[in-house]
Amino acid sequence: MKLLEVKDLKVKVENKIILNDISLSLKANESYIMFGPNGSGKTTLVNAIMGIPLYEIVSGKIMFMGEDITKKTVDERSKLGISIGFQNPPEITGVKFSDLLKLCLGKDPKDKFSEGEKKLIEAFKLTGFLDRDINVDFSGGERKRAEILQMIFLKPKLLLLDEPDSGVDVESLKLIGKEIQRYVENTGSSALIITHKGDILDYIKAKYACVLLEGKSHCFANPKRIYENIKRCGYEECLTCQKRVIEEQYLGQEKRIDKCAPHNT
Amino acid sequence: MVKKNELTSVPHTILEEAYKAGIDLSEGNRSGTLFHVDQTTIYSKVNEFFKGKIELMDTKEALRKHPWLNDYRWKLLDRGKDEFTKRVAENFSGGYFMRILPRAEVTIPLQSCLMITKRDLEQRVHNIIIAEEDSKVHIITSCVQHFAAEASSHLGVSEIYVKKGAMLNFTMIHNWSKETSVRPRSAALIEDKGTFVSNYVCLRPVKDVQMYPVAFCNGEGSKVSFNSILYGHKNSLLDIGSRAVLNGKGSKAEMITRAIAREDAEIIVRGMIEGNTSECKGHLECRGLIIDDKSFIQSIPELIARKRGAEITHEAAVGKISEKEIVYLMTRKLSRDQAVSIIIRGFMNVGIMGLPKSLSEEINRIIDSTAEAS
Repeated sequence: MKLLEVKDLKVKVENKIILNDISLSLKANESYIMFGPNGSGKTTLVNAIMGIPLYEIVSGKIMFMGEDITKKTVDERSKLGISIGFQNPPEITGVKFSDLLKLCLGKDPKDKFSEGEKKLIEAFKLTGFLDRDINVDFSGGERKRAEILQMIFLKPKLLLLDEPDSGVDVESLKLIGKEIQRYVENTGSSALIITHKGDILDYIKAKYACVLLEGKSHCFANPKRIYENIKRCGYEECLTCQKRVIEEQYLGQEKRIDKCAPHNT
Repeated sequence: MVKKNELTSVPHTILEEAYKAGIDLSEGNRSGTLFHVDQTTIYSKVNEFFKGKIELMDTKEALRKHPWLNDYRWKLLDRGKDEFTKRVAENFSGGYFMRILPRAEVTIPLQSCLMITKRDLEQRVHNIIIAEEDSKVHIITSCVQHFAAEASSHLGVSEIYVKKGAMLNFTMIHNWSKETSVRPRSAALIEDKGTFVSNYVCLRPVKDVQMYPVAFCNGEGSKVSFNSILYGHKNSLLDIGSRAVLNGKGSKAEMITRAIAREDAEIIVRGMIEGNTSECKGHLECRGLIIDDKSFIQSIPELIARKRGAEITHEAAVGKISEKEIVYLMTRKLSRDQAVSIIIRGFMNVGIMGLPKSLSEEINRIIDSTAEAS
């Protein structure tokens, strides 16, 4: 069964259409990589899937595990098993990071962490942050680690990760990559990961990658190969690529893209 | 004046109200306790362990015992300042006198409770606190209204002296009623390397409170912090200011206010920092949350510099709860209502007040129970 199906989704942000009739489908127990130049709508897409109110769905449909969630609120979607790791999470003064983690776990802030939970917090190098206010004075990398730890505690079926690897040092990248992969593998969940860099591909076993261009997704194929092609040809040439094919034709067929075919070559 | 030795002899209904406002009834966690009810100090006792470190008694008694105390009375405040100070100068019922002896470190807080139990009563008190050189203390004062008393008013004059190297952390919790008018008039003088922290917590609905305490940082390296947590609701009018006068070389002032207004509440937050010396620093911060369309918050910061090198700054923000913060918590399985109450509760966090852990836990308990009740 399809875990997530996005059908002809049109999304506007502050009265500007960002995504125009985009369709996408993700299977259960798979990780997907999403590439795309700045401004192509990747962040808009994951936020719309999460149901963030700023990203207004004009038309189209989002199905999650066979259920139409297009009109569901953020909290309803999170309870169904969709979770997002933000690129720029907000600071919340006065609310302790440890309280937030407990809420993610479905605990009361007065409850204690289990030994296993404490170990994971320690593995994420966030033990020293428990008494701090949420994201206040966290560095870029610390925020990323905090986001991913929260997601793991939420036990989602679908992880939406918006550039988990940007602004992160080599060691944190390795940690983040490994922990995401471990969670996905252990729980049979799926992840949709937006990235600019190929580095995270070393840790995430993703079968598919797509490229978001002009509000549409293209080229579902091997992530590393796509990344190599983007590095070689660049997104600009992607735009004129003759081999642009919508994802339905590729999904499940593992069709190889050996080379891009820019218009002028 | 009736004086009793055991807290158990204080009427039960009074103790119950006092407990809600942070008064520790076991006394084991307090270095001293004073109760002033209506116009009489009915109880004052210093914990055995702290005898010889603290003096605690009614102000009138203290004036009889220590004639020198007249040198501290009406020295920081002008008795003719306004109609309220005039009325206290004319006739007052006592108040608390607290003196922490030189070099005494009082590890657990001193407490006092000023209570009104009678209708139409005007309580007039004059409090004097002296933290002698190199002493260290936390004081918690609760001002409480008995549920049976309505339409009363409280005029409180407080003069606070922080001597060389002393540290005084003073927390005032107001639990008045919807019909009470409250007019505290406070001033503090801080000597060399002295630190004065003044915390104000107002959570229950009150008719109106108007106060504008002032701290004179005259000493070299003297410091003052004013922190306020204001929860204005049910037609309350809170006009809360604070003023710091930086006269001493290297003196510092910090003011932090968190204000929440809902259900026809009106909150005015004033703050003035005066830098009168070439080496001084001050910062003023006010954050206000407005929960509905019937309330009002106004922030009025005033920064004054009289010498080159004075560094006085401020930041203020009033408005609604950030939608981004609400939605963020909703992505963590919380409903909108849960998210809002967590943000509001966090907003009122007493972490800003520099209190010892046990005391901040107590104040958090008071905030929690008030939040649940409202």
